[in-house]
Amino acid sequence: MRIRIHGGRLIDPAHQVDTTTDIYIADGHVVALGHAPSGFHTDQEIDATGRIVCPGLIDMHARLREPGAEHKGTILSETRAAAAAGVTTLCCPPDTQPIIDTPAVAELIRERAAVAGYVKVLTLGALSKGLEGVQISEMKALRDAGCVGVSNAWRPIANTLVMRRAMEYAATFDLPIFLHAEDPYLYAEGCAHEGAISTRLGLVGIPEIAETIAVARDLALVQETGARAHFCQLSTARGMELVLAAQAQGLPVTADVSAHQLHLTEMDIGDYNSLCHVRPPLRTQRDRDALRRSLTRGVAICSAHQPHEPDAKAGPYAETEPGIAGLESLLPLTLRLVDEGVLSLRDAIASLTAHPARILGITGGTLAVGTAADICVFDPKREWRLADHMLSQGRNTPFLHWDMHGKVTHTLLQGRVVYRES
Amino acid sequence: MNHHRRLQLTKDGRLRHFIAIEGLPRAILMSILDTAEGFTSVANQSVKKVPLLRGKTIVNLFFESSTRTRTTFEVAAKRLSADVINFNISTSSASKGESLLDTLRNLEAMQTDMFVVRHDASGAAHFIAQQVAPHVSVINAGDGCHAHPTQAMLDMFTIRRHFGEFAPLNVAIVGDLLHSRVARSQIHALTTLQVNEVRVIGPKTLIPKGIDQMGVHVYHDMRAGLRDVDVVIMLRLQRERMHGAFIPSEHEYFQSYGLTPERLAYAKPHAIVMHPGPINRGVEIDSAVADGAQSVILEQVTNGIAVRMAVMALTMGSYAAQGEA
Repeated sequence: MRIRIHGGRLIDPAHQVDTTTDIYIADGHVVALGHAPSGFHTDQEIDATGRIVCPGLIDMHARLREPGAEHKGTILSETRAAAAAGVTTLCCPPDTQPIIDTPAVAELIRERAAVAGYVKVLTLGALSKGLEGVQISEMKALRDAGCVGVSNAWRPIANTLVMRRAMEYAATFDLPIFLHAEDPYLYAEGCAHEGAISTRLGLVGIPEIAETIAVARDLALVQETGARAHFCQLSTARGMELVLAAQAQGLPVTADVSAHQLHLTEMDIGDYNSLCHVRPPLRTQRDRDALRRSLTRGVAICSAHQPHEPDAKAGPYAETEPGIAGLESLLPLTLRLVDEGVLSLRDAIASLTAHPARILGITGGTLAVGTAADICVFDPKREWRLADHMLSQGRNTPFLHWDMHGKVTHTLLQGRVVYRES
Repeated sequence: MNHHRRLQLTKDGRLRHFIAIEGLPRAILMSILDTAEGFTSVANQSVKKVPLLRGKTIVNLFFESSTRTRTTFEVAAKRLSADVINFNISTSSASKGESLLDTLRNLEAMQTDMFVVRHDASGAAHFIAQQVAPHVSVINAGDGCHAHPTQAMLDMFTIRRHFGEFAPLNVAIVGDLLHSRVARSQIHALTTLQVNEVRVIGPKTLIPKGIDQMGVHVYHDMRAGLRDVDVVIMLRLQRERMHGAFIPSEHEYFQSYGLTPERLAYAKPHAIVMHPGPINRGVEIDSAVADGAQSVILEQVTNGIAVRMAVMALTMGSYAAQGEA
């Protein structure tokens, strides 16, 4: 299949490209930009006039719910939603059931994703066996099975000695560790940012220091062990400051932020809106603003996609399950930052393409000649509402009725159109 | 908060549900107190009933065990001639895995007119009020650490009976503010009724973050906190809510924060002592104070019935009035 995408504005932050040009695709790869290579015969034309063409989005953190929680989502339903959201690569954490602590589970997920054929699915292996935080997992086997890193997901490791050994062992095989920075004792089964709002609502608060203390400890361990560490979904200004300061000193650390943390604050909980129950919790406006400012410093934006069945959110706030079905709002919420003057369009796209590719250590996130044709085409001006288009099995999002700007019209995975707006 | 207001009031500003004090205008609180005043005489009649809610079905839906609160709600409903059904869910459906929503739908199918709800999760009454049919009212009998608005109103009623007005009063709330839904509702009621000053007193482990933003002054010392106070509200040390160690021991707590006659002397001479009950003698309050001349603890219990009658009558009345309009 040979495809020409013509008339679009190509933005490829990895190569500082921002120009209106044509893209020629053959055999799953970008074969030329601007002029057709000799003998190129076009099988399919995509008219991208007035649209933006960028590398397919890379989502650092999306739960597909399969295996184990298919009532919330399946690999088929969620990867299909991902394709409609312009995502061509996503990375899923190990807290499936069974847990990804053996190569077999990682292989099962990737095989099912390949059969579905919508996006490339990467996996993180479990950092500890059964995510129990006691015995380190067979990391080398997990790496050899294709896991791009190891993580203990939302079961942060309380025992510092286990964490030290996990980092030392991961560093032996140069496997990055993905961390959810949360001190389990300070977290204390809380469900909202500790402050005036949690106090008023009578909800158990999760203090800012639950994150900053965990970040500080893990940064010290990184310094000691030389492990590569990625901090997932940071929620506090101070936590992010610590990571960026360590990065500036040369430590091998990176960070991402979930798209919803860049728009919502604890105020949005309002009258116990369980759709705003997320982990880490929505923080203060000061935190949100600091997270926004961090985006010009190589921080990635992820969806933190967590689809749920309706019952999971129907109950008193603390008893509901945390998480937002975030895949399909990832791009529009990032573009909203451009509208609000927080980011340039190029930086916005970089936070969804070049930055996550670099952090994950994968090729992709760029559209240079010779790279895989993983491409997202979107109409930056189109106004739409999530409620009318959502494909994820989970409808749990506080953004359902927001006016979104920027709609994906085509997604290509290795030169194949996997989503086309109908 | 506007959200609470929207849920609790009808479009023309009458009480529809009673979930939290927060967001209710002063006039509504005053009308509850005035209506309650009118109901106090019912207890002195030979037939202790008025026919206001005859033919109405009220379900006491208690997910958390309670004898006192449930009983006063039951008495209040019966004095209004309503039919009362008690559901103690902690020993029934919840243990069989039925969801809150399913429980609610089942009871609603029995033509219930009002739910009186107690639940250990903050926001539970709010959630239930969002789910019920338009003709059903919900009264919050305590949700987690969030609110216990009828308790706060009976406390306001008791204070008004003693002082006649709110504006000159200094009120101190002492003890486990962190876990207290009663305290949160009292603070909202006292600030809405515009008392002179509301203080909270307790060790830092039991004073929740940001409580000053509710319009109170925070003290950690009884002598300073009780100075020139007209009303001392002691909170029960909620031992069942203590996730972890908030105080080293009950003994040390009493040494610092127990209300003894000596400490009560820091307050104004005419100060009254209140406690939502049940009291832990020797933990937060000395028996000499609990049973002393300044204690109004048993009056609070008596007043609870009239205040709950008022809240029930007003919330049910709002629907009837709307239906006629």
